[in-house]
Amino acid sequence: MQSFILRHKPQLTIIGGALIAAGLVARFALHSQPAYATAFIAASVIGVLPILIQAVQALRVRVLSIDVLVSIAVFGAFLIGSWDESAIVTFLFLVGGQIERYTLNQTRSAIGALTDMAPQSAAVRRADGTFETVPVDDVRVGDIVKVTTGDRIPVDGVVTSGTGLVNESAITGEPIPVDKSKGSSASAGTLLDDGMLTIRADTVGEDTTFGKIVELVENAQDSKSKEERFIDRFATYYTPAVLVIAVIVGLVTRRVDLAITMLVLGCPGALVIGVPVSNMAGIGNGARHGVLIKGSEVTHRLSSADTFVFDKTGTITVGMPQVTDVRRYDDSSTLAPDAAATSSAPAPDDATRYLVGVEAQSQHPLAKAIVRHFDDVPAPQVDEVSVVTGGGIRAVHDGHRILVGSPRFLETEGVELGSTARADAAELESHGDSLVAVALDGRIRLMFGVRDRLRPGIADGIRNLRRLGVRNVVVLSGDNQRAVDLMTAGLGLDRAVGGMLPDEKAAYISRLRDEGRRVVFVGDGINDSPSLALADVGIAMGNGTDVAIDTSDVVLADSDFSRLPHAYGLAKRTVRNMRENIAIAVGTVALLLSGLVLTSWLTMAVGMFVHEASVLAVILNGMRLLRYRVK
Amino acid sequence: MKTATLKLDTLTCPSCMLKIEAAARSVPGVDDDTVHVSFANSKVKFRFDDARTDAQTVAKAIETVGYPVLGTSVA
Repeated sequence: MQSFILRHKPQLTIIGGALIAAGLVARFALHSQPAYATAFIAASVIGVLPILIQAVQALRVRVLSIDVLVSIAVFGAFLIGSWDESAIVTFLFLVGGQIERYTLNQTRSAIGALTDMAPQSAAVRRADGTFETVPVDDVRVGDIVKVTTGDRIPVDGVVTSGTGLVNESAITGEPIPVDKSKGSSASAGTLLDDGMLTIRADTVGEDTTFGKIVELVENAQDSKSKEERFIDRFATYYTPAVLVIAVIVGLVTRRVDLAITMLVLGCPGALVIGVPVSNMAGIGNGARHGVLIKGSEVTHRLSSADTFVFDKTGTITVGMPQVTDVRRYDDSSTLAPDAAATSSAPAPDDATRYLVGVEAQSQHPLAKAIVRHFDDVPAPQVDEVSVVTGGGIRAVHDGHRILVGSPRFLETEGVELGSTARADAAELESHGDSLVAVALDGRIRLMFGVRDRLRPGIADGIRNLRRLGVRNVVVLSGDNQRAVDLMTAGLGLDRAVGGMLPDEKAAYISRLRDEGRRVVFVGDGINDSPSLALADVGIAMGNGTDVAIDTSDVVLADSDFSRLPHAYGLAKRTVRNMRENIAIAVGTVALLLSGLVLTSWLTMAVGMFVHEASVLAVILNGMRLLRYRVK
Repeated sequence: MKTATLKLDTLTCPSCMLKIEAAARSVPGVDDDTVHVSFANSKVKFRFDDARTDAQTVAKAIETVGYPVLGTSVA
């Protein structure tokens, strides 16, 4: 019976509304007092039923909820014969509740897009080799799951067979699908665009990277700043206090109508719901735009930041150096590369082939850049390779001595650079390039300029940050000052400091904070944990890895620089929205109290109307945040 | 000890949270300190001693205070 009534709240509301309408017609058109009274009494009884049930349920677990206040008020009105009041109050309360529910659902749908990506089921291999589809919660670590075209991958793990194209935008923000085959790692929440894969589950459920992202956003939406926790505590005492005050007012004035009006006015509505709604909508907007903010406290700190400090490599640059210039030095006795193509000799000259063979074995970023540059040159297997600390690589292949490293390294190994190579080195360095030179049998043959690239949209992003209120923009880098200056020229920075070790960066941030600046540090989330932790707000950019999620306050899902002004602008707008909602709530209470004291028109029904209207006002105001975009 | 997450119908008022929290805590075997009701996501999460109770019992307790439980997951 109880659950039947609660389930049919909308229908009861409509019946109540119809009875009120009928009662009004009876009174003003038909002038029938008994018909009017009957209709309003019926409306009151039908309307109060669901509220009363909820009140009793609350009292049973010793919670003094708003339903209790309203129930008592309605009973009071009923006792003194104000059936019109009791009918209208219950009706408004029910209608308000349902509109609030609808609008709150709209607000929540912001992160629906994210949670919708969560896989629901998985095809798990059984002992007999067949695959059985089970709910994703039943997948265990070590299970083999099958994924077919169009499926979301249900676990984090390693591909054990099959091939496929996987769209990983849910995790990395990168829209271009990635090839996967045996041995590739696969992430939960990513989408198999094409192909068939079986995957061994290494982590499942909430432990997967995707699960952590969803949990982060959900926790962030529920998180509360200090002020909100204060409001919450206040609300806990507020409701019982209202009851006590109403009883006192009733006893002192001997006016039941005044006492029950107090009860309705005392419903804490806009005050307790306004700030959480803003927070929920703000964080929901972020999640939809690839900005994961870890909570209300972070939103507040980010909104008041005035200084942004960037790591250089991998943050404002792509972090993937590229060969920008190649210089060749040929013996007069050997053929020029162009001529070699027409002879029987292989097209890429020996020095290049040997170089690729040597560099293919190195993990150095510059080596990787060179291998990428010559990706069409097959790498010969070079066996005798030794790395000279701080300089370069020494190798022997087919009886040839190969040296790879900086020009200075070649000289210390006894190679004569000559005037041309020396001039080239000076020229490339003046462009901000790092140098890699190659010598074959003691003669210099090749020199490369290698340079990192700025991410696209940096200058615009920094301009937008300034427009939104950032006063200082600083870049810190471990590179030499000259390379930093050349790279950052034209970005409109306040400072760009090179030659810094990770702990020096952290010290720099401490110094800024000591000067009273509110500092945001933006890094790639891997190398800069001390700086991320020391800054008022740490932002990990361009990767949704576990490390970044753990160490930073804000995670940007990909390396699109425009997400940064969005995050900053959103934080400012969210905080403003919260203040607006607090103003609406406090204003409403002030209005109602002064209405009660100064005028006579403030009845219980009017009080309920104003109350519901203010709740709706703060929800709708919060929802505006969902549409926020940086212009 | 196991962790359960119950998915609820949309929550509309913060006092709902108090009721749900109290209902979950009233079940013996539920670790009171771990009961967390998420207003934003209409979920309740808690740890419980699976020798003394199960998620269904807690779900029933929450339903008797007026909040239908739409889904249960235990890990």
